[in-house]
Amino acid sequence: MARRIGTHILLILGAVVMVSAFAWMLSTSLMTDAETQKVPIALVPESPQWGNFAEAYDQAPFERYFINSMITSVAVTAGVLFSSILAGYAFACLEFRGRRLIFGALLATMMIPFEVTVIPNSLIVMRLGWYDTYLALIVPWTASVFSIFLLRQFFKSLPRDYFEAAQIDGCGHWRYLWQVAVPMMWPALVTVGLFAFLGSWNSLLWPLIVTDSEMMRTLQFGLTVFLQEEHTEVHLLMAASAFTMAPVVVLYLILQRRFIEGVTGAGLKQ
Amino acid sequence: MKPSLLASLRGYGYIAPAVLVLGVFGVFPLFYGFYVSWFDWGLTVERFVGFANYSRALFDDADFWRALRVTVYYAIGTVPVTMAIAFVIANLLFQRIRGRSWYRMIYFLPYITSTVAAAAVWRWVFYPHRQGLASSLLAWLMGGGAPDVQWVQDSRGVIALLGEWMGMDLSAWAEPSLALVCVMVFSIWHSLGFHIVIMLAGLTAIPKELLEAASIDGATGFKRARYVTLPLLSPTLFFLLLISTIRAFRTFNEVYVMASGETTGSARTLTMYIFQCFYESEGKVGYGCAVACLLFLMILLLTLVQTRLIGRRVHYS
Repeated sequence: MARRIGTHILLILGAVVMVSAFAWMLSTSLMTDAETQKVPIALVPESPQWGNFAEAYDQAPFERYFINSMITSVAVTAGVLFSSILAGYAFACLEFRGRRLIFGALLATMMIPFEVTVIPNSLIVMRLGWYDTYLALIVPWTASVFSIFLLRQFFKSLPRDYFEAAQIDGCGHWRYLWQVAVPMMWPALVTVGLFAFLGSWNSLLWPLIVTDSEMMRTLQFGLTVFLQEEHTEVHLLMAASAFTMAPVVVLYLILQRRFIEGVTGAGLKQ
Repeated sequence: MKPSLLASLRGYGYIAPAVLVLGVFGVFPLFYGFYVSWFDWGLTVERFVGFANYSRALFDDADFWRALRVTVYYAIGTVPVTMAIAFVIANLLFQRIRGRSWYRMIYFLPYITSTVAAAAVWRWVFYPHRQGLASSLLAWLMGGGAPDVQWVQDSRGVIALLGEWMGMDLSAWAEPSLALVCVMVFSIWHSLGFHIVIMLAGLTAIPKELLEAASIDGATGFKRARYVTLPLLSPTLFFLLLISTIRAFRTFNEVYVMASGETTGSARTLTMYIFQCFYESEGKVGYGCAVACLLFLMILLLTLVQTRLIGRRVHYS
């Protein structure tokens, strides 16, 4: 019994450390400017200033940043799902020459870190005339080896009888894939989609390099600009950080199990 | 039996979108970057310079070597610490305790939040002077005698600072800087949940009988963790070591956000250096590509060495 309590004390202490940064962010985001400059620091606002969020939102074109991030992330997610469903199905259920070789080559590309190829990639994007456009933000991210790998596993686990039954009903591969197989594996698709969205939403280096105008900035990029401006006040910065995190945190709270499955899938099946 | 040509064509059609994107934006840039690294490649000039970019990085650029050292410190300071803490917490969580999924949810939360936004918050945790959370904590712990620490803007070595504080002269130890250590603390906080979740999955995969047998033989607590759980978990730990070392070598976002106030470069990682070659100084594109190729080589070597040295000792049941 005593050991149980000890365990809980340790775990709660750890959890407090993990949450403290978020708590401090939220509490500071509700303070007045004067309160943020108190020494010793104030831990809770005297009366919560809910207006800070609106004020931060209006201080930079955050609305535009939000829209840009949304367009980019949704398009990337759709692209990853489309290309990975097709490729995952092909590698699991179709016979074609060089299948194993091509699959092996794709797996090997996971060894190339994006940071290493970021300069040549941006040169390619400029050559294509995509600099500072949505195409540059979206297209290079519309395929993912990890997603193909995960979906291939799921397609492989579908009983072969289903396809044979569908074939007797005169259903080819294309229709079988979209009308029978895909509706059966939505949990896997949610997992893959979540990670595509998360990766795109949270990315910084790529938007930093391929966009230039204020109108094309994503939310993460916009936040770093906001952060580096001299006149930015702490409480507004905290409010801006909070609404930058919010969409993904809400997704996480709703779909927690899918997140954890995705991570452990990545970890143990490699 | 070989698949027919028609069937093959169908297969190629299905994989075409993915292969096209991965080929153009994944594989081709690697070779293209290698090609560019042999040129003096700027906005206007494109001149073949042979090995010059590489020899400049290796023999004539103190900033490159500094960035490399910073990156190595960063990996050494974050990976083992994160893994050790995560191992303890994963073992605690693996017992049948109440609220397990709650704990897991909280520990994992930082990992999914945007690095940029979270690092922006931590930049203010480590804000110099009294308004920062870290300074306040220090003042609360030590009372009036607490030193005025510059945290994330301090380019002085953390060991030298500790020495100064304890009245010893350790000023020879100029690295790693306090600024870098602050970024490391953030990184540990941010990636801990990922390690815990992977270790929990690894623990679940260990056959129950083995753990029970160990308990019957009297192995509990520390002994069980050291002699039973640790070896059985070694494949998982090895995977984590590999993946998080590679990640450490790729660190960009948190350095960009947290240490932009520290301008001397004491917290500048290799990825940050590559970015600056491209972004902040015109005409260093070829040079940046050469540094990127060196980084790729290092990551490949690391993977190889870890697989050879440690991979051989990993226990697969």
